[in-house]
Amino acid sequence: MTGKLLPLLLVALPAAGGEISAERQQALRDLLKQDCGACHGLTLKGGMGPALLPETLAGKSDDFLADTILNGRPGTAMPPWQPFMNRDEALWLIGILRTKPN
Amino acid sequence: MTETTLCLLILTCLFSPASFAELRATGDLGVVIERESGSAIIVNTTRHKTLAKVEGLGDLSHASVVFSRDQRYAYVFGRDGGLSKIDLLQDKVEKRIVQAGNSIGGAISQDGKLIAVSNYTPGGVKIFSADTLEPVADIPARYADGKLSKVVGLTDAPGQRFVFSLWDAGEIWTVDVKNPQKPVIQKYPNIGKEPYDALMAPDGHYYIAGLFGEPGLALLDLWQPEQGVKRILPDYGKHDEKLPVYKMPHLEGWAVAGDYLLAPAIGRHEVLVIDKKSWQLVKAIPVPGQPVFVMARPDARQVWVNFAFPDNNQLLVIDTKDMSLTKLLTPGKGVLHMEFTPRGEQVWVALRDDNQVVVYDTATLEEVSRLPAQKPNGIFFTGRAHRIGL
Ligand code: HEC
Repeated sequence: MTGKLLPLLLVALPAAGGEISAERQQALRDLLKQDCGACHGLTLKGGMGPALLPETLAGKSDDFLADTILNGRPGTAMPPWQPFMNRDEALWLIGILRTKPN
Repeated sequence: MTETTLCLLILTCLFSPASFAELRATGDLGVVIERESGSAIIVNTTRHKTLAKVEGLGDLSHASVVFSRDQRYAYVFGRDGGLSKIDLLQDKVEKRIVQAGNSIGGAISQDGKLIAVSNYTPGGVKIFSADTLEPVADIPARYADGKLSKVVGLTDAPGQRFVFSLWDAGEIWTVDVKNPQKPVIQKYPNIGKEPYDALMAPDGHYYIAGLFGEPGLALLDLWQPEQGVKRILPDYGKHDEKLPVYKMPHLEGWAVAGDYLLAPAIGRHEVLVIDKKSWQLVKAIPVPGQPVFVMARPDARQVWVNFAFPDNNQLLVIDTKDMSLTKLLTPGKGVLHMEFTPRGEQVWVALRDDNQVVVYDTATLEEVSRLPAQKPNGIFFTGRAHRIGL
């Protein structure tokens, strides 16, 4: 069972200086597929939110994208994910996005 | 029974090939969408049984279903623009087309002969023959300087019409398809920013779109369309900071109880109770999360509410007699959708992360049954075939 961790648990997990445990990686992958997927599509080809494919993200910096993920984009439907992940984890997710997760 | 009819019956039994297969009526069947595997299971809602699995339906990360009026066929609208026609009698895909790059939902016409699909890319509505899935009409959602808008909230309406909303354009369009070759489109511009979904009243009188980009809801009175679209609750929550919305609410069906309409607030953890006569807010019921589906039991005595991430392990039951909270249930992880049996004695709930569907008795709120399903995200019963707006 690799069900999504409860959010409280997510928040409680320590940042651990860039090290992301295998369990946590799975939780983040699940989050990406299920909860990001609700707007960006299961295969990340887009839905209400834009496609998050390597080619659509090319030319946008990791920092810029991490800011988007953590703070959301006010005035758009992109919500802030800061309560559920830290910056290292957001950067790790971007790495996944840049290398076609499916 | 007379002797001759008995004889006839025996003869029919002996010689009709159909008699060897189990006869199956479809009125108490349903379809459960399995999000990741691109499949659907066909279920019997009386016996709580899975009858078959149908595969090859594409990307169902967002999916919805309508039924033919003979309740034999289920039309599944997938995220990838796929439109699949499932034969509930033969457990197979009768036909499947990919009609767009990215789509969000669909509807069946009043006469049951047309299927309409709302698309994100290319933004617009396409209409197909329900029988053959051959294309009949293409309605690009063109606005402003020729751009195409994503289309949401597509429903059927009396008078052989479809109604839908344009997310990017902030418009509502109605299209009369009495002559499907020559659809007659009526556009209502400036209805508000970013309509995210919409619902049709079960009597086809009102179409209401929820707005994401500004406060309130947009209301079109289909009995008096010439009056245009009017805004309801235009000031609600105007001055408050919006809470983040991790999943867009869905307006499906019409949670109406007596004179009241219940709808999810957006960016607020509330269910709104709106007076259907004056269109004024009666009450905002505080709830433990961003509501996604606010659905009335068919007799409307209860309204069931599920929530967006991270509160999607909960299910709330509201008593519409006095709008009090009856119970907060925690059926499992990833409560994505629910569907009532046609007369409402039970409700089926999709638990995506538990790979299960759980069935509740709505009177006792006790669990009746659990069925396995792979990442279920939508439950649709054939009773929808005979309801306006579903
Ligand atoms: C409720 C809908 C919604 C959810 C859920 C959502 N997003 Fe978004 N996201 C959007 C929208 C809408 C935009 C485009 C914002 C804009 O117009 O600039 C966006 C933009 C982005 C961008 C910037 C893309 C670009 O090309 O600049 C990234 C990266 C992103 N989202 C990642 C995520 C991740 C990761 C998750 C899950 C943790 C997520 N999103 C969940 C709606 C959503």
